[in-house]
Amino acid sequence: MLKVRVIPTLLFKEFGLVKGVGFDGWRRVGSAMQAVKVYNMREVDEIIFVDITATPEGHPPDFAAVDELADDCFMPMCVGGGVRTLEDVRRLLQVGADKVCLNTAAVETPELVREVGQRFGSQCAVVSIDVKGGPGRYEVYTHCGTQPTAKEPVAHAREMEALGAGEILLTSIDRDGTMTGYDIELVRSVTDAVSIPVIASGGAGSYEHMAQAILEGRASAVAAASIFHFTQQTPLEAKRYLNERGIPVRL
Amino acid sequence: MKRAAIIDYGMGNLDSVVRAVEECGGAPEVTDTREVIEHASCLILPGVGAFADGMRQLRERGLDVVLREQALERGIPLLGICLGMQLLATTGHEGGSTRGLNLVPGEVIRLEPDGPDVRIPHVGWNNVEWTGACPLADGIPSGKDFYFVHSYHFVCAEPAHAVAQTPYCGGFVSCVQRKNIFGAQFHPEKSQKVGQQFLRNFLSL
Repeated sequence: MLKVRVIPTLLFKEFGLVKGVGFDGWRRVGSAMQAVKVYNMREVDEIIFVDITATPEGHPPDFAAVDELADDCFMPMCVGGGVRTLEDVRRLLQVGADKVCLNTAAVETPELVREVGQRFGSQCAVVSIDVKGGPGRYEVYTHCGTQPTAKEPVAHAREMEALGAGEILLTSIDRDGTMTGYDIELVRSVTDAVSIPVIASGGAGSYEHMAQAILEGRASAVAAASIFHFTQQTPLEAKRYLNERGIPVRL
Repeated sequence: MKRAAIIDYGMGNLDSVVRAVEECGGAPEVTDTREVIEHASCLILPGVGAFADGMRQLRERGLDVVLREQALERGIPLLGICLGMQLLATTGHEGGSTRGLNLVPGEVIRLEPDGPDVRIPHVGWNNVEWTGACPLADGIPSGKDFYFVHSYHFVCAEPAHAVAQTPYCGGFVSCVQRKNIFGAQFHPEKSQKVGQQFLRNFLSL
């Protein structure tokens, strides 16, 4: 049976890992390499690694840093931040990324999603959708949550699926870092609309929040950061909890 | 130390495979040249992407001929991973119908969901259940989770070539073997300890 994945998200800024609240107020939380080593040793299901300064500051992905991290990463690794061209994708895959996350580029140049799917397979084209607002007024934001797009997340997700995206990483900016739970309504609206896997992100503060995103939100995977950085909770314990709730996980 | 030629045909993340082979005590060499391949003790054909593209890239480099020759005439172990496994087939049906390497008779077709919550691509960890004897299964209990990410799957023309199956979309073949030729639909290089055991088994053939 296919397992639900519990995915730590690592946000990268100027050679350090950070975590914020609502895509702001970034705090340093340690070294990226150390985190990768720990997660590798603990055999986490997958990691998501995003350079949050790349797009806002207009620089390409840090290929050398990804290369170094990937060397210690015998688990699936999804890399995002500053990915603008087919060449960026090729180079990230070459240095060890398994999937790439397209966010701003997927809005500005949606054709890139199709090209990535055709050239490298849709399995490595993960479209990341950052959303602000609540029911009836959800809006997709780009540039690390700083620029509104007037796009509605369900329509955007459908468009991305049609272009060949292999997965959607769906983040509620309002819930990000609050540890008050995922925006289940948002997650459910997107999982109902597409038939590709959706990773719920933003707001996890407890294992029960994860269970909600899976059982009520129908997410294929849950991503979380603060809960792992700032509390004693771990991906393995999360999966033990989900297992007790009858959710298939890899233990 | 086993010299493993990692075939470079422009399709994806070779680095992960290189690192995993090193970790498993092999000596990987990324290559697209006949001379290097002829001196290797085993071959790994990795790859992500579309079938038609993959075959085109192999043919443009003349690697289709070299791989068939090495696997069939020289008889050295060959392992195809993910797209690399699919390219071993006779025909692929992704992006039109394309002739494959025809090293393991069969076809590659799209996964069809068999329920409302069955999503394609098949992404994540799923069981690999051994259905036939395979040296790559040594020390790996049936049902262990491996990492998958794919939308197409291999259908063997000869049932004996299917050595593992995975319960998704009604069950699909996740590992094939025809003598010295092996294919894994999952990514051993990304499946942590159990994946490294699988690769170690291959390197010790």
